[in-house]
Amino acid sequence: MNMLRKIRLFTAILCFTLITLLFLDFTGTTHRWFGWLAKIQFLPALFALNGGIVISLIILTFLFGRFYCSIICPLGVFQDSISWISGKRKKNRFSFSPAINWLRYSVLIIFIVSVIAGIGSLTALLAPYSSYGRIVSNLFAPIYQWGNNFLAFLAERADNYAFYSVDVWIKSAITFAIAISTFIVIFILAWRNGRTYCNTICPVGTVLGFISKYSIFKPVIDIEKCNSCGLCAKNCKASCIDPKKHKIDYSRCVNCMNCIDKCHKGAISYSRIVQKDVSQFPHTNTSETPTNNARRNFLSATILATAATLKAQEKKVDGGLAVIEDKQIPHRAFPIIPPGALSAQNFTQHCTACQLCVSVCPNNVLRPSTDLMKLMQPEMSYERGYCRPECTKCSDVCPAGAIQPITVAEKSATQIGHAVWIKDNCVVLTDNVDCNNCERHCPTGAIQMVPQDPDIIDSPKIPIINTERCIGCGACENLCPARPFSAIYIEGNEMHRTI
Amino acid sequence: MKEKNKQNISRRSFLKLAGYTGAATGLAACSDKNDRSSTDNHATGEMTYRINSSTGDKVSILGFGCMRWPSINGRSAREGNEEIDQEMVNNLVDYAIEHGVNYFDTSPAYCRGASEHATGIALSRHPRDKYFIATKLSNFSPNTWSREASIAMYHNSLKELQTDYIDYMLLHGIGMGNGMDEFNARYIDNGILEYLLEERQAGRIRNLGFSYHGDIKVFDYLLSRHDDYKWDFVQIQLNYLDWKYAKQINPRNTDAEYLYNELAKRDIPVVIMEPLLGGRLSNVPDNIVARLKQREPEQSIASWAFRFAGSFPKVLTVLSGMTRMDHLLDNLRTYSPLKPLTEEEFAFLQQTATMMMQFNTIPCNDCKYCMPCPYGIDIPAILLHYNKCLNEGNIPTSSQDENYRKARREYLIGYDRSVPRLRQASHCIGCNQCSPHCPQRINIPDELHRIDKFVEQLKQEQKF
Repeated sequence: MNMLRKIRLFTAILCFTLITLLFLDFTGTTHRWFGWLAKIQFLPALFALNGGIVISLIILTFLFGRFYCSIICPLGVFQDSISWISGKRKKNRFSFSPAINWLRYSVLIIFIVSVIAGIGSLTALLAPYSSYGRIVSNLFAPIYQWGNNFLAFLAERADNYAFYSVDVWIKSAITFAIAISTFIVIFILAWRNGRTYCNTICPVGTVLGFISKYSIFKPVIDIEKCNSCGLCAKNCKASCIDPKKHKIDYSRCVNCMNCIDKCHKGAISYSRIVQKDVSQFPHTNTSETPTNNARRNFLSATILATAATLKAQEKKVDGGLAVIEDKQIPHRAFPIIPPGALSAQNFTQHCTACQLCVSVCPNNVLRPSTDLMKLMQPEMSYERGYCRPECTKCSDVCPAGAIQPITVAEKSATQIGHAVWIKDNCVVLTDNVDCNNCERHCPTGAIQMVPQDPDIIDSPKIPIINTERCIGCGACENLCPARPFSAIYIEGNEMHRTI
Repeated sequence: MKEKNKQNISRRSFLKLAGYTGAATGLAACSDKNDRSSTDNHATGEMTYRINSSTGDKVSILGFGCMRWPSINGRSAREGNEEIDQEMVNNLVDYAIEHGVNYFDTSPAYCRGASEHATGIALSRHPRDKYFIATKLSNFSPNTWSREASIAMYHNSLKELQTDYIDYMLLHGIGMGNGMDEFNARYIDNGILEYLLEERQAGRIRNLGFSYHGDIKVFDYLLSRHDDYKWDFVQIQLNYLDWKYAKQINPRNTDAEYLYNELAKRDIPVVIMEPLLGGRLSNVPDNIVARLKQREPEQSIASWAFRFAGSFPKVLTVLSGMTRMDHLLDNLRTYSPLKPLTEEEFAFLQQTATMMMQFNTIPCNDCKYCMPCPYGIDIPAILLHYNKCLNEGNIPTSSQDENYRKARREYLIGYDRSVPRLRQASHCIGCNQCSPHCPQRINIPDELHRIDKFVEQLKQEQKF
């Protein structure tokens, strides 16, 4: 096997496995060592305004071509794996097809407009890393967690503490449905036509393709050695080699090195000899079959995307104990976003909805939004847990700068929302019992209990909230005994502030 | 149909009885040899009996506590929502009676109210003169304080137990709740004590007594009225930890030494409950296991506690809530016959108790009287998990402890395993509806809040 291909395969599999683990591993171990892999993803780095990484990636592409697409991008490698399995069944199955530039550039323009207009949902739908994150966190993570829970079950019986069980739940039905659709689209496209998605839809692919056209090193066909057998084109998953004209469309080539490996004559080499006419690649023959197929596949799969939503799992309760009603999400005028997000505006502008923070949130607080404008971007709710004081995981992992890194101390002084008391729900008044659970768990001492009637010292004690000291962590809302709606809930702040 | 079932079961138990007898004979025959292929798990001698000085009843020193009947999944029936495993109950009762146990102690409150019914079915398959039934007037809930409701409860006991007389009737848990006031409300103001005394007169109650938990004033008061009421027996909590340390474990409780001596002084037969402290004296820390096993390698840890309770001469019977056959077999072994503690052994157990006191466990016996918590907290599970970790040395006293990381992990993971998140201590609102029900008089909200604080320390990895 060609050494370059070997290196590409090895690094790609390594990167792919580790990035996938970033989404699956809820213990945080992978993040400690390989969290940077999420941060070198093109769009997140761009959104984070991380100039260093964006420029490095551009230079990399300019020097060596689209290695980003074949090694770093998990969605690209994911498609390669699907395509590889499909290739086991049918050899030499690809053929040259010209680029569908109108579609590529239209999607890119739509993408840029959605970014500028702040339509986070559209951005998230098109961003490749986010698509992959969505698939892993919605489809693969539950399987991983069930496996983990099974091991935890065994460990418990062996009195061993190596594994602990975690809650598996569908965090947003819409996002889950979109993840399934994305998976189906990607799967069909990759199964049939290899890298169609990367070269027709993916905005990152289009941008990098534009640069790689002029890249210095690239696979070059030596016309002297070539016998025009066309084997390279039949094995080009980007369908970018035109064997008749001995030309490669470098805007679509992802440097997989398969052609070099396949060529019996050694006619293709990865070198810096610049061929002429590269930039004048013919744009004719747009009505060829493979193109149409690819487009049709894409469209039909998109229709599938409107699949029905799934119902969330219901938690079982133990019989011998009082039944605990599930909490319901209160109506919040403003959504709550995690500490470090600074403001709703900053957050929606930077977030690529990759679901990484949702995947790592150990308290079941983060989940994808169902608001159409920022569909799939995370937001917080406290019916399953609250934003615990010792945890800064979402800010640690965010690759896009939507959630800025924050320390535990900074977090404890960042007001992301504020508590609101609902008199009608409070058990002190409805059940006529003593309760100070909100006060007892408030990390900032923002709640105190006072007699309801100032003149009667032993009248029922109700909580009062000092909004100035409240940070909106949701301990009070989560631990409030009132169900299904808590007697105290958090209203999000549009702008976070330091108290 | 019912009759038929009864017959079937008794045929089966007859066959079993024949089998066991055969085995026992065989064992007796070869007991002189020392080449046994396995350890003899069965009792070989005769059950020890005590004579009730009030009525002359010959009562087995092992009494069957019917609070922990097995459920169909093998757990104690009080734990989940499962039905009692009647077949298993029948087996246990049959085997116990065959081996000389003749005292069965139940209550309308046990096993979520199903104990009397199950006990009645199992016992009614045996001749009524072969066993003594003890049950209680468990009118804890204020809506059973009325004369009518309490009498209805008593009549229902007779019905469930399929009998027209009760051998041993108890005022249940006097001293619980807020002491004298609650006692008066339950038994005096409604005339129930007078009613029960009349029932004794009429012979429908053969022995009248009370079980005591909690406020010592009520205990002392009832004994001061012994000349009027003529208590036939009294049930107290006694074990080698409570003998001298009950008050130290919880200042609101009284040492068993005082309770026993007060009764012995008046020649009142004593029934012992909680000889094992709800199993805590069989599941002891490793160093205690080593200490006890070193002395008696072939005896169980629990056997020490049963010998302790049985060694007091005024003790009529020692109750054990046996869920499984192996509990029964072990206890039969200990008590057939009882080998009373020597003075030296008594001192040895007192030293053991002193050692155990160094572990600051919460005195919860998992009796579940506090349950269900209206807010869904699984109180005993939280307390027991804490005790378990304490016994295993997994409660770090400082975050600088050598095993802090391991202990932290095991506490937190084990906590989630033992108690579902929604039922953990963080959800305790401190309404204090549970504490009055606790026979050990644990201040439950305080303990839950203390544990919650400890868990927070671990979760936040605070330095302490």
